Amino acid sequence: MNGEIPPAAPSPAETASGRSRTIANLLWFALPLLALLLASGWLVTSDWLKAFDAGAPPVEKLTFERVVLNRDGIHLKVRVGGSEPVSIAQIQVDEAYWTFTQEPTGQLNHLSSAWLHIPYPWVLGEKHEVKVVSRTGATFTKEIEVAVATPTVQIGQLVPQAMLGAFVGIVPVLIGMLFYPAIRNVGRRGLDFVLALTIGLLVYLLVDSFKEAIELALTTAAAFQGIVMVVIAAVIAFLALLSVGRRHGAPTGIALATYIALGIGLHNLGEGLAIGAAFATGVAGLGTFLVLGFTLHNVTEGIGIVAPLAPARPPIAVFAGLALLAGGPAIVGIWLGSFSYAPQWTALALAIGVGAILQVIVEVGAYLMRSAARSSRTWLSPAMLVGLVLGIGVMYATAMLVKV
Amino acid sequence: MPNWVPKTLSRRGVLSGSLLTAGGTILAALTPRKHAAADIYEPPTQIRSAGGSAHGNMIAVGEVDNARNGFDPGAMLTDWETGTVSRLPDGRALRTFELFAVDKEIEIVPGVFFAAWTYNGRVPGPALRATEGERLRIVFRNHGSHPHSVHFHGIHSARMDGIPGAGMVEPGGEFVYEFDAFPFGCHLYHCHALPLKRHIHKGMYGAFIIDPDPGRHPESEPVARSRLLGTPENKQVQEFVMVMNGFDTDFDGDNEVYAVNTVAHHFSKHPIKIDRARLVRIYLVNVTEFDPINSFHLHANFFDYYDHGTTLTPTLKTVDTIMQCQAQRGILEFSFPTHEAGLYMFHAHQSEFAELGWMGLFDVVEATS
Repeated sequence: MNGEIPPAAPSPAETASGRSRTIANLLWFALPLLALLLASGWLVTSDWLKAFDAGAPPVEKLTFERVVLNRDGIHLKVRVGGSEPVSIAQIQVDEAYWTFTQEPTGQLNHLSSAWLHIPYPWVLGEKHEVKVVSRTGATFTKEIEVAVATPTVQIGQLVPQAMLGAFVGIVPVLIGMLFYPAIRNVGRRGLDFVLALTIGLLVYLLVDSFKEAIELALTTAAAFQGIVMVVIAAVIAFLALLSVGRRHGAPTGIALATYIALGIGLHNLGEGLAIGAAFATGVAGLGTFLVLGFTLHNVTEGIGIVAPLAPARPPIAVFAGLALLAGGPAIVGIWLGSFSYAPQWTALALAIGVGAILQVIVEVGAYLMRSAARSSRTWLSPAMLVGLVLGIGVMYATAMLVKV
Repeated sequence: MPNWVPKTLSRRGVLSGSLLTAGGTILAALTPRKHAAADIYEPPTQIRSAGGSAHGNMIAVGEVDNARNGFDPGAMLTDWETGTVSRLPDGRALRTFELFAVDKEIEIVPGVFFAAWTYNGRVPGPALRATEGERLRIVFRNHGSHPHSVHFHGIHSARMDGIPGAGMVEPGGEFVYEFDAFPFGCHLYHCHALPLKRHIHKGMYGAFIIDPDPGRHPESEPVARSRLLGTPENKQVQEFVMVMNGFDTDFDGDNEVYAVNTVAHHFSKHPIKIDRARLVRIYLVNVTEFDPINSFHLHANFFDYYDHGTTLTPTLKTVDTIMQCQAQRGILEFSFPTHEAGLYMFHAHQSEFAELGWMGLFDVVEATS
């Protein structure tokens, strides 16, 4: 009876039944899609939604994404944020109807955008108000706080802008890094204090970046769901960096320093964007005092980056690389920010920065907890608390110099 | 120590992190640059104006569809509603007007539509014209969605005042206002339903002109005859009715549109033909809501002004600007006998009103048959 069992070759019947199972499975996948299709079809054809039509004009939403001022006048990029299409009928500039051209022409549908070109003789250094009047008489207002020509890509401007970016981004980080030899000699508890200080400064940057991101997000078209976008982008960036960083255990040393530099770099990108935009739109004058303020503000960042390096003795190139990673984005930010840019992209960049900063807060915090556990101390000792508060306080105080 | 460095910080790890950074940067960089041009750090001083128009680029674009609106601001200048006349037993003339209220969407500046409340489907309502001393009967029906009335600026009894409790008409209802045509002058009527502000700015108003009866004014009979519609003397005069109005399209208590006879910039695009040899008489009424005053300024000329039109001699002589508060009105008289032919501007001398549509042109010509 216990003869050889033939190799388990599937019988033709079995194959057929397997295939039919696959087909059946596919059908089961198709079923919900079919149901969705039917439901949509019925909704469209039966038109019973018109029972909700109150006969009132639709609520239109229009956001202004970019403003360009040049010799030909004022140019606005607008985007329809609501679900209702918008027909732009007229434009008032400073309470006067003005001729304009729209590109592309016609009604603007959900999320579509257009450029409005207005041959208006704007006045250097003064304020203008552009009011877009839609078909229904709804108005959308864009204030141009201080009229200055929008810079265009000019090779001549790139270098001074890069210098400025380096001065507010890279130089202070390098100066902060000069504390490295001192940090190496403060001992274990001193180092923990410096790391607590680092967390403090990161907390400040986290809150600051988040605030900036939310503020920008609020100016974007409704369909982008600005705040949701910011939070989700931050969470994804946080989780992605955390998982990347922990593939080989919690990061320490150079790895930790790199992640700190990355988070700070993303924050500096946002800072650069803000500086660039502020100068480009004339809302701030570039003063020596202001630049010095930024430099001072960012010195703390250099200390934060090198703090985890204390146990190691990395080559000088590592320091240079970290400084570039943390400060370099300020240059890119100023370049991009000096052009008029769409707020949703900046909000997104800042949100990713928020996630990156949160990741390093978690990692530095975890490092401190491990260090405290090893010597059976509580991680939130009075010294640590002082370091934390000092870090936040220094950043807050120096930021007073630079809020443009 | 150097041993753990590559382990903890692999190239891929750094790359993945940097990619996130780069992503944001690239997104920000992707937005298109359209206006690249060299040395544009200066403001525009050389913008050419469009088409050589007197208003350059400062004008609403496009044209309003008068046919769709059902009224033409130009035609309304001279479109008098004289009603129907019959005789009362005592021999007096009885003049009957028919007015109805109706909701209507009107185009007030090209492409912008306003949900108006109207008399007889037009804004301003018909320019009613009667003669001093006549018995007037105004049959008013309300086809609108809200209660409305007709409140005349004139002399009448309390019952005929067209206010809540006296001549207010519910939707679907009807009321007949009756009173004698006094005093002669340039008057107006408007809805007096509450809230008053909304009923007025939604479009419920019109001119109400009572011509003087020459027989009652022997001392200035020629002047009275010139004012009385239809006389040979009156036919020599180029008469226009202009109702200065405004529209708050976004309901924020501030007008987006100013005009005479509703359509912004209409008379800039369609100048009013004037025979320079003949007298011009303008019945000017201000119904502008939200702003305390409106005004009229004539370029390159002066006029005589009859405040409320209730006198036969000017109340102001030789002026080129007058102002009116809401419901104030008057008659302007001027001519261009020695002017060269050409375009002569007229507009509110609140620049804001002018730039938001209340301006126009007289096209003064040698003779118009």
